[in-house]
Amino acid sequence: MASSTLNPAHPLAREAPARRPQSQWVMVFRQLRRNRGALVGLAIIIFMVIVAFAAPLIAPYDPLEQVVADALKPPSPEHLFGTDDVGRDMLSRIIYGGQITLRVGLISVTIAGTIGTLLGIIAGFYGGWLDTLIMRLIDILLAFPGLLLALTIIAILGPGLFNVMIAVGIGGIPSYTRVARGTTLTVRERDYVMSGRVTGCSDLRIMFRYILPNVLPPLIVLATVGVAGAILTAAGLSFLGLGAQPPTPEWGSMLTNGRTYLRQAWWFTMFPGLAVMVTVLAINMFGDGLRDALDPKLRR
Amino acid sequence: MTRYILNRLALTLPVILGVSILVFSMLHLVPGDPVTAMFIESGGASKEQIEQVRHLLGLDQPLPVQYWNWLVKVTQGNLGESIITKQSVAELIVQNFPSTIQLTVAGLGLAVLLGILLGIIAAIKHNSWIDNVTMVIGTLGVSMPSFWLGLLLIYTFGIQLRWVPITAGSDLRRLALPAIALGFSAAAIIARLVRSSLLEVLQEDYIRTAKAKGVRYPIVVVRHALRNSLIPVVTVVGLQFGGLLSGAVIIESVFARQGIGRLLVGALQARDFPLAQGCVLFVALVYVFVNLVVDLLYAFIDPRIRYE
Repeated sequence: MASSTLNPAHPLAREAPARRPQSQWVMVFRQLRRNRGALVGLAIIIFMVIVAFAAPLIAPYDPLEQVVADALKPPSPEHLFGTDDVGRDMLSRIIYGGQITLRVGLISVTIAGTIGTLLGIIAGFYGGWLDTLIMRLIDILLAFPGLLLALTIIAILGPGLFNVMIAVGIGGIPSYTRVARGTTLTVRERDYVMSGRVTGCSDLRIMFRYILPNVLPPLIVLATVGVAGAILTAAGLSFLGLGAQPPTPEWGSMLTNGRTYLRQAWWFTMFPGLAVMVTVLAINMFGDGLRDALDPKLRR
Repeated sequence: MTRYILNRLALTLPVILGVSILVFSMLHLVPGDPVTAMFIESGGASKEQIEQVRHLLGLDQPLPVQYWNWLVKVTQGNLGESIITKQSVAELIVQNFPSTIQLTVAGLGLAVLLGILLGIIAAIKHNSWIDNVTMVIGTLGVSMPSFWLGLLLIYTFGIQLRWVPITAGSDLRRLALPAIALGFSAAAIIARLVRSSLLEVLQEDYIRTAKAKGVRYPIVVVRHALRNSLIPVVTVVGLQFGGLLSGAVIIESVFARQGIGRLLVGALQARDFPLAQGCVLFVALVYVFVNLVVDLLYAFIDPRIRYE
């Protein structure tokens, strides 16, 4: 970050050892490379992304093609993950489901992160009545625990995958606002922000050029773990029949169907759930590593 | 302490008011006409029917008047009636709430017991294989969808081993699996928190003093360290209560249990607005109340907070 390096004319800079200043991200990357859990998580995430993008090339069957004669077939060389109640290939459906899951996670977190961060920076930067207003609104959102806010928004917008992304996104706003506001409060008193003010920068420029880069690191960790949370919540809503609608190959809604055939076909429930868990686990492992790498207290 | 309680109460009132406004607005935020939307599921309705429901819900009056009338009714315990079954919403909630609270409390109790136990073991055996296994369970716990865990439990203990009945019902034997499915992720969160909090406290000087005095290690951990490390856990338990209360929505559907969650999901699927509004308002108020209690409890446990 150019704004945080010292001017060579500064007395402190002259005393500093003659070492090239390292970008924070280079240090974070070095730290991450040493964390085995984070690397495994990242590898799984990359694998999932590739599989999701290459779904039409990799999937052995059409995920929507019904072959009633093949209904509820256990795993076999023809159908590695077995088939569902109308004879669709489970492996192909799970591969295509990855596309939906990643899209839901990313879009919800983008909604939550963008709105939440903006509100937090505005609240922290301006303070006063604007801060009070924003934070009271956030308090009201926080009064709806976990799924309840998403369910309330679904009640307004109606069921559907797109509405689930909006609902999960709005549900995620408070945490970003709180973190962004907290960091803004400490950052806005720093010298480089003051120097921005003195040189006559506009409020917008100070917020985006000086404050935003400094509030980003904790928010990136939050967003990473947030993708995992969003995937879990969205799968839950689809499981309840409020998200993706049949015949969309969404992992949560596949579990709803699987439940009906739990006695006859364990694979119908096992694989979609495993897919959700592995994805969420990988993102959490990577997120934990990222948090450790970004926390200077833990840096050796 | 009285001042702290009054301050905390003063902070709660605007939240409750805000929640009531948001829940009231649910019906008005629906894109298009809410009353027409209500009838979409049942295949449409005549103009007279729509007008009748509009009048019944008071939708033909100005918004502030509607809100005031609604608020007055709500404070009197009148949440309107279900559009589908015509039953009183308040009565439906009263019928269904005990089952939900039973499940939530059981899940939370399990989470606290298991979480604290695993956390202590992991902290005492820091960096050993036991610590590693506990932390793997912790990471798995927060990554596993509760509804999938529920289905796995039904399959293993209900269908394969036949240890527990899997038919619907709310007796204690039928409570075990839903409580585990609901509480497992909270247990994982609590275990991780207890572990890190305990590890931090175990570094303190007074722990070294206690050890130097010759106090036996298990007693040092339980009496000196655990007490102080449980302070952050109290807050998390409060937050987890809300998570479990709303998580019960899914678990009740998995296990076909009666409860507010199933009531709400049914209302959402049928677009039964008065019932959905009632359920959302009720659960949010319970959560606000629990958080208030937790904050007061927190001040009671940690005197530093009262004097801030």
